[in-house]
Amino acid sequence: MKLPTPPAVRTAENNSPPRMKTVTRRLKFESELDLSFGEHVAERAYGQKLLSCIQCGTCSATCPLSHYMDYTPRKIIAMTREGFKEEVLNSLTIWLCASCYACTVQCPREIHITDVMYALKREAIARKFYPARNPIPVLAKAFFERVRHDGRNTESRLLITLYLRTNPFKMLKEALLGFHLFRTGRLSLKREKIKGMKELRNMIDSVEPRKEAVPL
Amino acid sequence: MPETNGHDAPRVGFYVCHCGHNIAGTVDVAEVARFAGTLPNVVVSRDYKYMCSDPGQELIITDIREHKLNRIVVASCSPLLHEHTFRVATEKGGLNPYFFQMVNIREDVSWVCSDHDAATNKTLDLVRAAVRRVAHHRSLVTKHVRIHPDVLIVGAGISGIHAALTLANAGKKVTLVEREPTIGGHMAMFDKTFPTLDCAACILTPKMSAVKNHPNITLWSYSEVTEVSGFVGSYTVKVKRKPRFVSEELCVGCMECIDACVYKEGKTPDEFNQGLSKRKPVYIPFPQATPQVVLIDPDTCIEFKSGRCKKTCVEKCDRDAIDFTQKEEIKEIQVGTIILATGFKTFDPKRIPYYGYGKYPNVYSSLEVERLVNASGPTGGDLVLRDGRHPKTVGIIHCVGSRDRKTNRWCSRTCCMYSLKLAHLLKEHSEAEVYNFYIDIRAAGKAYEEFYDKLLEENIHFIRGRVAEVTDWSARPEEEGKLIIRVEDTLIGVVRRVPVDMVVLAVGMEPQADSQDVRRMFNISCSTEGFFLERHPKLAPVDTFTDGIFIAGACQGPKDIPDSVAQAGAAAAQALALIDAGEVELEPNTAYIVEEDCSGCKSCLNICPYTAITRDEIRQKAVINEALCKGCGTCVATCPSGAIRQNLFEDDQIYSEIEGLLQDKESVLTGGGAWRAPA
Amino acid sequence: MSYLYFPGCSLRSTGRPYEESILAVFRKLDIPLRELDDWNCCGATAYVSIDENRAFTLAARNLAIAERMQNNGNPGEDLMAPCSACYLVLEKTQHYMKTDEGVKTEVTAALQRGGFEYKGTAKVRHPLDILVNDIGLERIARAVVRPMKGMKVACYYGCQVVRPFETFDHAAYPTTMDRLITALGATAVDWPLKTRCCGGSLTGTIQEAGLRLNRVLLKEATKRGANIILTCCPLCQHNLECYQKRINRRFDESINIPVAYFTQFIGLALGIPRKELGIQRLFIPLRLAEQPGKEEHAHA
Repeated sequence: MKLPTPPAVRTAENNSPPRMKTVTRRLKFESELDLSFGEHVAERAYGQKLLSCIQCGTCSATCPLSHYMDYTPRKIIAMTREGFKEEVLNSLTIWLCASCYACTVQCPREIHITDVMYALKREAIARKFYPARNPIPVLAKAFFERVRHDGRNTESRLLITLYLRTNPFKMLKEALLGFHLFRTGRLSLKREKIKGMKELRNMIDSVEPRKEAVPL
Repeated sequence: MPETNGHDAPRVGFYVCHCGHNIAGTVDVAEVARFAGTLPNVVVSRDYKYMCSDPGQELIITDIREHKLNRIVVASCSPLLHEHTFRVATEKGGLNPYFFQMVNIREDVSWVCSDHDAATNKTLDLVRAAVRRVAHHRSLVTKHVRIHPDVLIVGAGISGIHAALTLANAGKKVTLVEREPTIGGHMAMFDKTFPTLDCAACILTPKMSAVKNHPNITLWSYSEVTEVSGFVGSYTVKVKRKPRFVSEELCVGCMECIDACVYKEGKTPDEFNQGLSKRKPVYIPFPQATPQVVLIDPDTCIEFKSGRCKKTCVEKCDRDAIDFTQKEEIKEIQVGTIILATGFKTFDPKRIPYYGYGKYPNVYSSLEVERLVNASGPTGGDLVLRDGRHPKTVGIIHCVGSRDRKTNRWCSRTCCMYSLKLAHLLKEHSEAEVYNFYIDIRAAGKAYEEFYDKLLEENIHFIRGRVAEVTDWSARPEEEGKLIIRVEDTLIGVVRRVPVDMVVLAVGMEPQADSQDVRRMFNISCSTEGFFLERHPKLAPVDTFTDGIFIAGACQGPKDIPDSVAQAGAAAAQALALIDAGEVELEPNTAYIVEEDCSGCKSCLNICPYTAITRDEIRQKAVINEALCKGCGTCVATCPSGAIRQNLFEDDQIYSEIEGLLQDKESVLTGGGAWRAPA
Repeated sequence: MSYLYFPGCSLRSTGRPYEESILAVFRKLDIPLRELDDWNCCGATAYVSIDENRAFTLAARNLAIAERMQNNGNPGEDLMAPCSACYLVLEKTQHYMKTDEGVKTEVTAALQRGGFEYKGTAKVRHPLDILVNDIGLERIARAVVRPMKGMKVACYYGCQVVRPFETFDHAAYPTTMDRLITALGATAVDWPLKTRCCGGSLTGTIQEAGLRLNRVLLKEATKRGANIILTCCPLCQHNLECYQKRINRRFDESINIPVAYFTQFIGLALGIPRKELGIQRLFIPLRLAEQPGKEEHAHA
């Protein structure tokens, strides 16, 4: 998945006057919002107090990925609590978040923003609301399946599954790296599996989802 | 009409107030009045719309006369509100005011209970209890205590100075105690003040001078209060006068001794200049210090450390003012009222490592910058950084330490305004590009918003975004050698990297480091943040819960100079009201000792939180000082012989009240039957 | 003093040198490690993106096993999790099991269905914490046979070992690893990006973002004079080491700095043979200063 690159700047100096942009209407009506979305997400993030956010912007300032995001973390919190469900679940932000917790540690209202991002990832995945080839939810699901099956994760198998499901050509690009990892003994092909698999599967399958979670 | 002595058969007048809809909307007041009329001893029972009003009070006064009442019960609001009103009415009717009992059926019943039947039943129980209790009331005498006319003011910043001048001008003798060697507090350190950009020293020094010269003010600088005892109207205070090793009477402040000192230049970080310059062991905080007397620091002076100094300072002084043998002095004074104006301290920016204070030399706290731009500061007003450069860009970070659950939750109120002021001054002194990074601009005072308007027009960058970090890693060549501030410009909606030469941290205001020790010494309370606690945040901002002690200025909470001066005036007025009244009434709910029953066991002595009980060694009995007693009842409960009783809370009064509540009710205490008080 | 040991899936694959060096170092210092019986994957960041209760259940099974093993052998035996992601997941599980009623109820019930009991007594530790705070710098310094003079180390902690719980060091300006390598004779480079995220799995998914994050770290470390970067997380090590050539190509840089695990560095200082520490598995040759070293077969 490529990052959206900003278009090259057109200036009078380089003899490229701006193109006429299409007029779009960006008015948001109250009826288009989902007013329960904020509460729902906060609940799934172990009761984070999204309402306390003063929109100071510290989270965006410290996030190392915020300048690649379409909506900065601060905006996501504002939009989530106001009910801009479509925009939030459509955003690049929730997938770009690397859960480094820099925002959580500095938030002056002590809101666990990272946990909110995880909750939004969960919402998007549960609603099957992401681009088909977006590798991150595909990776998460593949990981989930593998661990549910074997109890442990075999990285080589996981990566192959990921590439097959998103972009098989990528496998060729990464083949050289894969080869060197294999050569230095850092890519194990041996399948890791645990003994107590039946109990583990039973445990995982029987866990009740958190209340108000969108069912899988 | 003759006042009863409490032994006549009780004749009770009962009144229940509608309080408009407040009580009558939930409690069936007509039923209450009817029920009260059936109780023993009740002669008159009425309900009325607003008992606290003039006609309501008239009812009581008239009924006492006409029906020869000798007890009054009013069921209405909280005693905190109107007990005094009804006691006065009772007294006007000719009775001792303590033959009155109040029942709270508003805050305790109608405002907390929505079920009408339950509310009315509860009221009936409470009324029955009160009617039984009041029969046991005795007449009591309100004690009066004289107020000593002298005043102690602790802290001589702008608040202490203003309060002192106000009281001194009113003819009262004031002792003004200040811990630092000079008065003036934080205001003396500032360059200009917002929003007028008055020079702080220019407006402060006349007041400092007035304090020095006022015949009614005794200024004890470089002194601290060490002990406080007593009660409103007569406090005994011990003050420790620290030795300057220079005579205050002889020194004229010529400062030749400082030049003559064997140290060629200063080696100790100068406290007044926030460590930006160095001072010698003999020094004066700043040239216009009041009193204008130098002092010697025994920790750095060679004479103290080794005893072998040439003492060129003594040689130079032609007034013979230096005296190395000076000792600490303890003085004792008597005052009637005390005003605490001990001020604040700034938040220590080292507590937030993200901003690089202490790590990067060109990160400053706002107080340091005040000294830097000050013409009488360490650089004479030249904006030169610690590494010698002149900054071309400056970033001012708001809300350092404030509005943050991890450090201080509150907003420090003054930082936005002083950050705007510093932005203006920095621009004036250097033509630098100035950026202010804020969350909100709080410009609520008079002419403050206009000041902000003016700043906007000076092309100062206002970026709304709380700064996460000040760092020195550069992403582009033009950022090399600078401090980078990465911030989200929330209004434009983009993340920005701003390289600056100098960072100014707008640190918040906090209570002084020893505020807990100070407030314990004066026996007042603190809020959770640590600021001194006012009696009521809206209606009594300068009173404390300890009678006779008032607070003013930043020690009560973060505030700017106009508010500090206003509070200082208010505190002075409160003190004056007490002093000019001459005496104060004490609520007679004090404990008293029944001497025959006192065994002298001393159990009560140490448990009194107000140290009101002492022991008469000769008669071997406990003695209670009524003026100190606050009627908490701890000693009453503690005394193993039952020798301590409490006015207004006698055993028979309390038991009869309980009887009234539980009459005809099954309860755990009674095991089913009606409860009977012990004989 | 002994510890239970939770390797985590990465240490059997990309993180193999980490496991090798950690086992070697603990062996050298005479501290027994017992691998957790039949441990399962901790779930990392993937599981908690699917369902939080399941994620906690998965992680809690390991904690329950640790508690079981603890009681059998040494009471008070802490659980060591070298991979920072595993460390954080286990800590987070413990935290939410304590503070969130919903999580506690569901996960305890799920564990019981698998025959496990959870009491919350297993303490999760990171080897950095154990080596510096339990074993102590003096003991390690005494065991040094080859002082690491001349090595200018940029200590890279990554994010998950210090955030959000700050269990044993500051969230943005930690010093544990710096103090450790100083005790080994090396010089710690003072740089401001010790805990700036490397992107985690982004190098595999949204590569543009991942590469840029690593580029910043590598450039700054080199600029500050470091001749090696040490990490304590397998994913950080992989990201910083394996994409240097790609970063050079994409952004026209000339970065070439060895990235190793801090345990490998300790091992070298303690005189453990290079093969035992998995040094040959590194892509970029690790040449120690002031020692004419046999160059390992290099890949860059």
